[in-house]
Parts: sequence; C-alpha cells; structure tokens
Amino acid sequence: MKLLHSPKIFASITGAALLVAGGFAATQAQELTVVSWGGAYSASQQKAYHDPYMAANPGVTIVNDDSASEGVAKLRAQAEVGNVTWDLLDAIAADAITLCDEGLIEEIDHDAMLAAAPDGTPASQDFGELIVSPCFVPQIVYSTTFGYRTDLVASAPTGIADVFDLNKIPGKRSLEKKPINNMEWALLADGVSADAVYDVLDTPEGVSQAFAKLDTIKDQVVWWTRGAQPPQLLADGEVVMASAYNGRLFSAIEEEKQPIAMMWEWQVFDIDGWVVPVGTPNKDAVLTYLKFATDTQRLADQAKYISYGPARLSSAPLVGKHDTLGIDMAPHMPTDPNNAKNTLLFNYEWWADNQDDLNERFNSWLQ
Amino acid sequence: MASVETAQPKEVLTTVDGTPLKVSLARALRREKLRAALLVAPLFLYITITFFFPIGDMLFRGVEDPIVSSNLPNTAKELQRWDDTTNELPDEQTFAALVADVTAGAKDKLITRVGKRLNYEKPGMSSLFRKSQRRLPRIEEGPFKEAVIKVDKKWGDVETWKVIKTFSPPYTSGYFFHAIDMKLEPGGDIRLKGEDERIYLQLFWKTLYLSGLITLFTLILGYPIAYLLATLPLKTGNVLLMLVLLPFWTSLLVRTTSWIALLQREGVINDLLVAIGFIDTENRLAMIHNATGTVVAMTHILLPFMILPLYSVMKTIPPSYVRAGISLGAHPFSAFWKVYAPNTVPGIGAGGILVFILAIGYYITPALVGGTSGTFISNLIAYHVSVSLNWGLAAALGIMLLGLVLVLYIVYDKIVGIDNMKLG
Repeated sequence: MKLLHSPKIFASITGAALLVAGGFAATQAQELTVVSWGGAYSASQQKAYHDPYMAANPGVTIVNDDSASEGVAKLRAQAEVGNVTWDLLDAIAADAITLCDEGLIEEIDHDAMLAAAPDGTPASQDFGELIVSPCFVPQIVYSTTFGYRTDLVASAPTGIADVFDLNKIPGKRSLEKKPINNMEWALLADGVSADAVYDVLDTPEGVSQAFAKLDTIKDQVVWWTRGAQPPQLLADGEVVMASAYNGRLFSAIEEEKQPIAMMWEWQVFDIDGWVVPVGTPNKDAVLTYLKFATDTQRLADQAKYISYGPARLSSAPLVGKHDTLGIDMAPHMPTDPNNAKNTLLFNYEWWADNQDDLNERFNSWLQ
Repeated sequence: MASVETAQPKEVLTTVDGTPLKVSLARALRREKLRAALLVAPLFLYITITFFFPIGDMLFRGVEDPIVSSNLPNTAKELQRWDDTTNELPDEQTFAALVADVTAGAKDKLITRVGKRLNYEKPGMSSLFRKSQRRLPRIEEGPFKEAVIKVDKKWGDVETWKVIKTFSPPYTSGYFFHAIDMKLEPGGDIRLKGEDERIYLQLFWKTLYLSGLITLFTLILGYPIAYLLATLPLKTGNVLLMLVLLPFWTSLLVRTTSWIALLQREGVINDLLVAIGFIDTENRLAMIHNATGTVVAMTHILLPFMILPLYSVMKTIPPSYVRAGISLGAHPFSAFWKVYAPNTVPGIGAGGILVFILAIGYYITPALVGGTSGTFISNLIAYHVSVSLNWGLAAALGIMLLGLVLVLYIVYDKIVGIDNMKLG
C-alpha cells in the first residue's frame, strides 16, 4: 500500500486507468466484429466491403476475426453462455442451414433488409434460388474443383475419371478429408449419371460403390483439411493433382505463377454468405452494413480481388478486371460457360440427413 | 502416575497480558493457517473456476441428453406407455401429444434441435424434424395420426418412434457405447458396430501404442544427452543445456512445420538421399503424413520433457559411486548398469510418465503431420467438438481418455511407485 503514496506511481496508475476507460468509450462509438475465413478471402472483403464502408461512415470500425472455419462450434458456445460477441459471420450454405435450424442466427427479410438491383429487381429475385435458408444472405458462388501440375502429370487430365485412373496419371493426389464431394466424384467416375448421383448414394449399395471406387486410389491420396493446403501441396510437388477451392487455385496460378492448371469438369458448386447471429449487440448497425456490403456493385467489386462468382444475377455483367494483375476475371469464374459445362450442385438436404452417418463411415474407412 | 501429576506446574502458563499460553498459541496458529489459506485461495478459486467447473461441465455432457425430453415433453411421457416390441405404431394420443409439442416448440425452432440430435442415431431424422417443425403446427384437429403420417411417411415407421423412445430419458449411455464402437439400438439392445463403422477402439489402441513408442524414443535419445549434461563441467554443461532448451522455447507450430519441410516427398532429406544416389527419385520415402511423421516430430517436440527430469536426477548421483564400483573390480559397463542406472530410475519414471501423458493427449502435431495413419484419439475429439458438433460424443471420448490416463497412473504407482518419481 505504501507504494501508492508515491505521487509519481499513483499518477501513472490513474493515468493508465483513464486511458483504459477512454479506450472503452472510444470503442463504444461503433465496432463491428465480422468473422470470416482469413487469408486472401478476408483481404478481398476488406477491400471490396469494409474499407469503402468505413470511409463513408467514419464512426464505424470493422474488426476482422478469422475463425469462420470453426464458426458453428464457436457461435454455439457463445449462444450457450449467452454472450454473443460476433456481429456478422461468413458461413457456407450448409452451416447456415444448421445454424438457422438451431435458431442461432436471425431470419432475414431479403427484400426489406437488402438493396434492390439497380434496375429495381427485388433482392430475393436477384439472389434467386441461392437463398437456401431464410437466414442466409448469399455472397459468392465458389466451386471445389481440380488443379494439376502441368509439368508433373503424364498427360493432362480431361475428366473426373482421370482422377481415379492411376494408369493414365500416376502419382499422389490430394482430396479433402471428408466424404462430401468425394463420394459424388467417385460415383461420377464410376459411370453414374449426374442426375442419379444422390439417388444412388441413398442406397447402402451406392455408398459401398463409392467407397470401392475411392479404395482404388486410397493409398495414393494425401488428405487436406484447410483450404490453403492443396495449392501448397501442388506447389511443393507433393501431389500431382488436388481438389481445391477455385479461388485458391486462381491465386496459385495467376498471382504466384505456379505451373498449375485447372480441370473444371464436375466442379461442385457451393455458396458462401453472411449470417447475423441472434443476440448480436449491434443488430441495427450490422444490418445497415449488410445492406451496403451485399449490393450489386459491392459484390461485383469483390471479384476484382478473388475469383469467386458474385451471388447476384445483376452483379455478373459488372465483373471486370483483376485489381493488380489487370486480367479479365470473367473466364476465371466457376460460373463462366466454358468452365461450367458439367457441374454438380451440392445437395444440402441429403447431406444434412446423412452426414453424421457417412462421416463416421468415412473416418472408419480412412483408418 | 502420581509423580507425573505432581511434576505438572500448578499454575497455567500465561503470556505477558495474562491470556493462557495455550489459547494464545492456538490463536496464533489459527491466524497462521488463515493466512496460508488466504494465500492459497486465489489459486484455488482460479483452478476451480477455470478448470474444474468447465471440465466437469464438459464431461457431464457425455451422459446428459435433455434434448428430447425437454423439447418433446408430452410425447416422451406418452411414449412411456408404448410397448416398442409389438411393432405397432403408438396410439392416437401420442400423435396428438407430438403435434402439441411441435406446435409449442416451433416458434423458437426447438424442434429442429431434436432432429439434429436424433440424426446422430438414425440418418434422416434431421430432415424429418425440419419438415415437421414447419408443417405439424398447421394440423388443427384430429385424427392426428393420419394427418401426421401424411406430412411425412417416416412417422408411420415404427423405427422412428423407437429412436425417440430410446433417447427420451434425460440421461443416456448412448454416447459411451458410441465411444467404444457399440451402438445402443432402439429398444435398448446393444450391439457391436459393423466392421466398416468401427473406429474408436482401434484409435485408442493406436494412440497408446504410438505414445509408448514416442516415450521409448525420447528415452533412448534423451538418456545419453542427460548423462552428458550431468557429467560435463558446469560451463560446457550449461551451454549444452541451452541447446536442449532452445527448441523448447520455439513455437510448437514452427517446429512441426519444419519437420514437414524436412520430411516431405520433395523435402530436404529425400532430396539428399536422391542426390547421394541412395534412392531414385521415383521411390522417395514417405516419411510424413503417416505414423512415421507423427513419431518423428513428436519425439523431437517432447524430448526436453524427458531430458530435464533425467538431468536433475543424474546431477544428484555422486560420480564416486561408479568410481567405487570400478575400483572394486567391476567392468565399467556393469558398474554403470548396476550402480548408476538404478539410481536414475526416478528420473526415467518421471520423464516417461510426463512424455507419455503429454503424448496421449497431443493433437496439433498429429493433425499436421499424421495424415490418416498417424492421428490420435484427441484429433477425433477435436473433430467432434468443432466439425461434427457432436459434443456429447466428444465428452464421452474425453472421459474415456481421462480414465485411461488415470488407470495407467495407478498401474504405474503399483509397479514403480509414485514416490519413486523425481520431477526436479
């Protein structure tokens, strides 16, 4: 206690306390915590959405949190203790459906809360069927597709069957460590038609057929769990081909000039978008931001920085050139007609029902 | 006895202010104890609040299963009357209770949670409850049975009702059976899962085996180093000790990723082996993304935990013991083996148990370098916490892991004796 009598120390402690209090006062102005995926993806959002919004609204600070890959688990934990600190979460469609089911995210009235297209088309029509859940505001269309090392493959793969053909293309390949997508690809490579994939998977024989096909390449597969891994594995020459998110492959090919090429056949489309956690302390502020960040121009702007397709129909014509490379972005979009000859739309409903079971089987199969 | 009596002083000893010495002493001791307790209190509170409560709460989830009973209370009650062995659907009253429960819970989306929970047990429950949450509240009057089955024909399947009944008590042993590759069947039967669904027992065994291997390797590598450290002159010994501690201060992730750079197919070691012609480039060794990678990286990471206890024990062994043995005619090796080595057992025990217990719960390193054959049970616990979100199963697996460590600790105590361990 004696220490406090020293005026100098006392003054500095009071000073520090005042600083802390001042800091709290300043943050109360308006701070939005936006949770996203980090890396190149968050950077594209920063440039396309956050920076212009903060420039227009000096009172608002947007703070990035890169924990979207554990978004569902963390939001659930926050809701359980009744202390939701996130204002906006970037989630893939399947997670948005789960969170909406559990009542952890707000339902959105798309037409009332979001901007209409420049020609007046209401938001719900502009996003169309990409609104897979009433809580979900679509942002981008991305695809999981294949990249291969042009200098290491015996011959360039031309279709999904080549991924499973060790004679035509020997060498290791990398796939995501979960049954989703891999099961579908295995069946397609085995000659099942795209329309019938989920019908076949719905039977025990179909599941066995998919695993049997995966068995043929099992000992040549390096499994990845994070989006950044497959481009790295390709760049290191650890694998000759890999499934990956198309935007990650784009940066490896165009920005880092790696000898990698894309194989678009049977790319699987998925949607990523925003959800608003129930219980966010800044609901009004975040909805204002959301309206801005998902308008036609902003979604088109994001495509300047990363090769994911904007979720609004009205944004597509506005997609221009890459911000620094100056190349046309349209041919690199998964939705470009040349790339989208054969595509599979991921069946959310089916996976919601069967993923618990198949994950278990898949994990057991891996051992 | 009498002599003792007389030997005692007649007057009670007092302090200066007149209080009896005994009372005064007791007071002083009490104050002392109170002070000690107060000093310990912050740590005690800290550990209770940040460690025991959360862990206890998390572990409790392994048996707690309130979702069905709290969200479908009337249905659960009605189902108690239902005999699930008859293969007949529950009666109209149960269906009415279901509609009432779903109507009550639909507004707050409580019903889809039931679906999510039951989907762990039977595929298809998730969509059934999502659909029912939307459509059952629209049924306004009976007969409910037909109307409900019209919404989804799965309601006309006895299996659906059996699953609900099996998981309607607020506590379940289902997660534990899952954790040992068994399944609690609707109706209460327990069966071993099919061969292509088993995973956990094998993984527990693999975790134990690899952790044992890692402990053995750290001992083989660490023992000579600790010996060297303990016997070198203090100055050189300290420099060496720094070298041991240096990796200890380096980030775990950095050390793990360095191993990836070294061991991968196009990595330093493979390049070197190809360059000297030991292997050709087609047959590069697979040293990472498998069990080898896990063992190599974890042996390196856990090595200091073996060396430090060994070193602290070896330093206390006087060099004169071995000298005496040799001067009495023992071969230097047998002097080492019979005199020196037994004295290091407390260090081996401490290092061994430290490394083994740390290894058994390790998760970052196996996740990064383990591929599929080198993953541990903790990786699957993490998977169920953050990906599949089956926290009940994660808790059950966690309890089993904790139990396993405790059992091993007791076995160790029985065989070697815990007093025989020296941590520093």
